[in-house]
Amino acid sequence: MRYQMSWLLAGGLVVTGPAVAVAQDVLTIGVRSEAASMDPHWTQLSGDTQVQEHIFERLVGLSPTSQPIPGLAVSWEPIDETTWEFKLREGVKWHDGEDFTADDVIFTYDRLRAGVSGAPASPAFQLEKGGKQWMKVDDYTVHITTDGPYPTMAEDLAMLPIIAEHAASGAEPSVDFNTGAAAIGTGPYMFEEYSPGSQITVKAFNDYWGGEPHWDQVVFRPVGQDSAHLAALLNGDVDMIDYPPTIDIPQIVENPDFTVSTIPADRLIYIIPGNKHVEPFITDVDGAPMMPNPLRDWRVRKALSLAINREAIRDRIMGGASLPAKNIVPPGFFGYVEELEADPYDPEQAQALLAEAGYGDGFNITLHGPNDRYINDQRILEAVAQMWSRVGLPTEVDAMPRNVFFSRLIRGDELSMPGFDVPEFSIALTGWGTVAGEATYTVSGTLETYNAATGGGNGNFGRYSNAEVDARSVRAKRTIDNDERRAILEEAITIGMEDYAYIPIHFQVNQWAMKSNLEHEPRTNERTRAMDVRRVD
Amino acid sequence: MTEYIAKRLLQALLVLAVMTVLVFFGVNVIGNPVYIFASSECDQPCLDKIITDLGLDRPIWEQYWVFVGNLLQGDLGNSFTHGVPAMSLIWERLPATLELAVCALVIALAVGLPLGVAAGLRPTHWTSRIIMGFSMLAFSVPVFWIGLIMIIVFSVTLGWMPAVGRGDTVEILGVDLSLFTLDGLHHLAMPAFTLSLIMMAMVIRLTRAGMREVLFSDYIRFARANGIRESRILSLHVMRNILIPIVTVLGMEFGGVIAFAVVVESIFSWPGVGKMLIDAIAVLDRPLIVAYLIFVVIMFVALNLLTDILYSVLDPRVRLGGAR
Repeated sequence: MRYQMSWLLAGGLVVTGPAVAVAQDVLTIGVRSEAASMDPHWTQLSGDTQVQEHIFERLVGLSPTSQPIPGLAVSWEPIDETTWEFKLREGVKWHDGEDFTADDVIFTYDRLRAGVSGAPASPAFQLEKGGKQWMKVDDYTVHITTDGPYPTMAEDLAMLPIIAEHAASGAEPSVDFNTGAAAIGTGPYMFEEYSPGSQITVKAFNDYWGGEPHWDQVVFRPVGQDSAHLAALLNGDVDMIDYPPTIDIPQIVENPDFTVSTIPADRLIYIIPGNKHVEPFITDVDGAPMMPNPLRDWRVRKALSLAINREAIRDRIMGGASLPAKNIVPPGFFGYVEELEADPYDPEQAQALLAEAGYGDGFNITLHGPNDRYINDQRILEAVAQMWSRVGLPTEVDAMPRNVFFSRLIRGDELSMPGFDVPEFSIALTGWGTVAGEATYTVSGTLETYNAATGGGNGNFGRYSNAEVDARSVRAKRTIDNDERRAILEEAITIGMEDYAYIPIHFQVNQWAMKSNLEHEPRTNERTRAMDVRRVD
Repeated sequence: MTEYIAKRLLQALLVLAVMTVLVFFGVNVIGNPVYIFASSECDQPCLDKIITDLGLDRPIWEQYWVFVGNLLQGDLGNSFTHGVPAMSLIWERLPATLELAVCALVIALAVGLPLGVAAGLRPTHWTSRIIMGFSMLAFSVPVFWIGLIMIIVFSVTLGWMPAVGRGDTVEILGVDLSLFTLDGLHHLAMPAFTLSLIMMAMVIRLTRAGMREVLFSDYIRFARANGIRESRILSLHVMRNILIPIVTVLGMEFGGVIAFAVVVESIFSWPGVGKMLIDAIAVLDRPLIVAYLIFVVIMFVALNLLTDILYSVLDPRVRLGGAR
């Protein structure tokens, strides 16, 4: 039994040589969520992108720890304050044999800007950030200009799969991709079959620029229900599963026929305290609303953090698979602050801080959160509520399905005016994934003051506001020099987190379970890809 | 009879109208699907653009009129999640569910009827007690628990049965069916059996009760006195009379099985409509939810009608449309 902990913090790019394909080597992957569409601009749900990544590539790829690496572009650099030059890879073939050129890149970005009709979550906003404009210089050079200096160009473009102009122009969004007609990519695997609910199949593209793929065929099968998920692996229906139930991990680890791969995820699970002057779900001992809102006092927020026993949550709820945190991005990411260590469990100090802030008698809390979105979310909510109750803050949990939770978390009352949203909850548990491997947008999204016009703080549902953080976040967004930007980001994060802008609990840990003759290089961004799996027997 | 059918269809339309209003407004109250899909990076202008594109910015009653207008033209709209017409998604997955439901029904009858007859003939014998005990268990133990136990025993421990999916399918009349391949049958066995249990229990109990009643009726006594063979009495006179309640209940139950095979389909990852409905509810895919429920209403109405017609065939005393 190899527990692949050595992969845990492996940063950078791992180059794998082309493998010799054996006759009909098939990899069957059981996935928790099924891909809804083969159109790579349709949604950005993990279940969709992980399948699409086999077929479509981006200008910029992502390493296992989500750092930018060459993809369809071999190199990129800023040539002046507001222009980035991308050199494209030559000799890349589309699956139907046509050559890949800059025209395809221009076509893709134009399609996104024009809008993909009906798409519930097109990644087009990546192009609006910084006011990007694009221009073909020659067949293998593209220039992208922005309104001002724009450092995270590569990270943004790593989110935009390139589609083929000759195959996709005039195609009906989603529909024509699901039939395979427009699902022509440059990736290592070709579209073979998409049968909703049952399976999705891709097959090897032997002219792939990165060498022949390891597998002749890859089958994705949706297996939603937790125990059936594991049963499918144990009885050999599938070779590998994502998200094995945490409670069953020890059983898999002990079984010599199976192995587990593990890596900290980019997803932070945290609790957002509300900053309104009066919060409806924070009441005094008599049940009356409190003025001022105690959560606006940083000592109270710190007390809430110290009262949480993160190790106990990790060991008893998460089956050991979580990384207690005070950082907002995981280790290995741009902007990770070495000095920020998860708060210790210290109920005495928490009580002392509450007394010092004038809340020695405590107050009542209703903690909201989803019950079907994050790993063990409801159990974490219940544990936190107990821990807070123990330091004299009687806490009730109100957990709900994500389809109810997120609307209320983000906009509150449906009738509120756009731009004047009032998040409903006083204190809520949620998660944030730093998809791009870089903290700029996480700082801007979660720590900056909410501003509908600039997009600042669009994930700041507690409406935290700190001028010190804002100034640095805005500066980081315009600083191209990496070292300088890193220093600014680390400052902003340190200020925000020492002020307890929110209360981090842990980073989720991604786990996969597979047959022991497979070797898997796990990814922080939760994607399950055949490119990362090899047979070792 | 024509008048009767017309009346039933009118009722169905009314039910349909009420149902669409309930679902449409109900789903709208739960939340906004855009917030479930949108990336955390999608800021307010980005969210507003998607909301406008999906037509969710308009007042709900206006959205409803648009929906009704399209419905009258036979268009139920595109699924938010998949971007393809909702009805085509349902048609694609329906064969899997129908296959599962029909197999469950066949198993329920094939096992339930003989057991019920046996229990009815000798109600105090120990075998009858076992049969009745079994029917009680099948009726009261939750389906998901039985499904999980079957997976643990037959798939994981013994390794005889596959735990998920549908297996190999063959295309028959343009429909993919797994009933006619060995691998398909292998995959079908556990979910179909699990789904059949409740129906089976019902068949056993109804058959037994019917037997107890009919066996002591005058016409059976006279038949016996006439010297008709016991097997002929059973198969012709008794069976025919106990079938009516069974047909009624199974007719209702079968609709329920198709419409809400959700639990079994989820456990065995069976790619049918029930699983699709659950997925659609999780992401508030309103067009798909509404389309599916419209489909279910139509199916129930059709099944009820069919049951009524079957009645008149089985029992000549029943006349559809009432006595005049």
